[in-house]
Amino acid sequence: MTELVQQRPGPESVTEIEAPLEVFDEHVRPVRRRRDFGALFGVVWIALVALAALLAGVLPIPDPNEVTNSFSAMPSADHLLGTDAIGRDVLSRIIYGARVSMAVAIGATSLSLLIGVTIGMVAGYFRGAADATSSLFVNFMLAFPPLIFLIAVVTALQPGLLTLVVALALVGIPNFARVARANTIAFADREFVTAAKALGARPLRILTRELLVNVMLPILSLALVVMATLVVAEGSLSFLGVGVPPPTPSWGGMLAAGRESLSEEPQLVLVPALFFFLTVFSFNRLGDWARGRVGRESSI
Amino acid sequence: MNAVVWRRRAGSVARFFLLLFLVTVAVFLLLDLIPGSPVDAILPPEATPEQRAAAAEQYGLNDPMWQRYLDWLGGILQGDFGRSFQTGLSVSDQILERAPVSIELAVLAMIVALAVSIPVGVWSAYRPGSVVDRVSTFMISATLATPAFVLGILLVYVFAVKLGWLPVLGWVPFSEDPAEHIKRLILPVLTLAAGECVLFTRLLKGDMMATLQQDHVLSARARGLPTRSILTRHSLRQSSFSLVTVSGVVIGRLIGGTVLVEAIFSLPGMGTMVITAIQSRDYIVVQAVVLLSAIVYLSMNTLVDLSYPLLDPRVRKVRTS
Repeated sequence: MTELVQQRPGPESVTEIEAPLEVFDEHVRPVRRRRDFGALFGVVWIALVALAALLAGVLPIPDPNEVTNSFSAMPSADHLLGTDAIGRDVLSRIIYGARVSMAVAIGATSLSLLIGVTIGMVAGYFRGAADATSSLFVNFMLAFPPLIFLIAVVTALQPGLLTLVVALALVGIPNFARVARANTIAFADREFVTAAKALGARPLRILTRELLVNVMLPILSLALVVMATLVVAEGSLSFLGVGVPPPTPSWGGMLAAGRESLSEEPQLVLVPALFFFLTVFSFNRLGDWARGRVGRESSI
Repeated sequence: MNAVVWRRRAGSVARFFLLLFLVTVAVFLLLDLIPGSPVDAILPPEATPEQRAAAAEQYGLNDPMWQRYLDWLGGILQGDFGRSFQTGLSVSDQILERAPVSIELAVLAMIVALAVSIPVGVWSAYRPGSVVDRVSTFMISATLATPAFVLGILLVYVFAVKLGWLPVLGWVPFSEDPAEHIKRLILPVLTLAAGECVLFTRLLKGDMMATLQQDHVLSARARGLPTRSILTRHSLRQSSFSLVTVSGVVIGRLIGGTVLVEAIFSLPGMGTMVITAIQSRDYIVVQAVVLLSAIVYLSMNTLVDLSYPLLDPRVRKVRTS
């Protein structure tokens, strides 16, 4: 073996010869993107969490509110992530809690996107009174610090998952409306829109068939960022005790409950903290990846 | 200052008052939206219909809505937010007592965030790929994924529970024991500052990298000016404007952040006040805090808007849509 290495040039020298060639070729060949492992991890993690949340009912886990005799137990074969202070299975609560996070990430973001994009596109296409009205609405929403706005809405409406989704959707609207408006304005003067107008297309057709496709690309990359923000916002509300009412499990609520016994049973805090971290991290990395693909300038 | 600037300023001021009006209406309606009459909160459930009617009369609940709005607004303009339905205490007094805690937290966090992110941002922009840059990039992506309430608890766990360096929770007024006061503020301020640090560093690094490419920097270097003066006088001064543009977002986040941090560390600020009020259905306190924070937020944003042309002469010429 040693002989071989001495006699023939090893793999290192092969790359040495190839390296300058690659640099030279870069102008001809399409740029090869480096595999984004962060984003890959993000897809896998979010798919796992979403799947677990979806299948929570059929997975072989105990009921999240079932009280057992083992209080604050460390992880074991019976309870893979241990039990909480009143003997409920932590893994089960994490999985059911994921339902809240995913409902918020997907439900609230979609609702927000739908309303925000509609407002933004109408404002950007028609300008004038529509623009003035919608910008007043957006500015009104932005007049409240986000968390305070959420607290106000949650206080005014009955607490529950639906209230939470609606409140968080409201908070997300200005983001989508702004980006949709800016992109609609940018595309509204382009030739293909003028051509469609010349062919007699109505505004509704222009908005949906011509502009929507172009506006949606930056919007979708924004949606990932908004998902991360809303998951954090839901967690904050549940942590403060104004989110989903107990006993429905939520990660924020689990953190708040675990805080009481931080010195004795840190795992009750560390487990939901880790899930929060990985989920938000995943959304952020996916958002960065999507923004890189779409192009920075278009997503404002 | 030309006509364009003045017209834009008038627009900002007009919009400010319009939004202020809408905000007060919305916050007033907040109390009406809440299911159940305030009478239920004031009186015990076994109260007779006569007592309920008397209470409704006493609190002016039978007046038409616009009159109640004007009464309420008039009170607020005189600094009177009404009395708590639960405790009978004046809401303004409660706010005055608790606001200093929240303000101290927010201001200290802001100072810490700037003190950390300006040197780090400048150096990362000057030497991209250096140790400082790589470490800060890593810290940024880690902090971005850690919500304030998670970070706060983790800090408590590491520094108070495991290492025992700092006291866990609670508040000691400065007048009682200054050293203890500062000790108890360290973790809350760090938690609150972390999020802003990330924002500032990222922004400043991006802006500085663009500034350092500009011709005047090259010319300064050609004239042999020391690096320090190029980085500070010739680049940071220009790039720090980008920090002003996000101050609106930052203030909003600080207001929300103090609520969380006070809850994590059990500090007697306005945040814990509003959460306690929600739990005890003391909605008039919630209303006052929501209104105050919206007014502060809106005013700060308008001030920032108005100050652009003063801070950056380039804005004076650019018309923005």
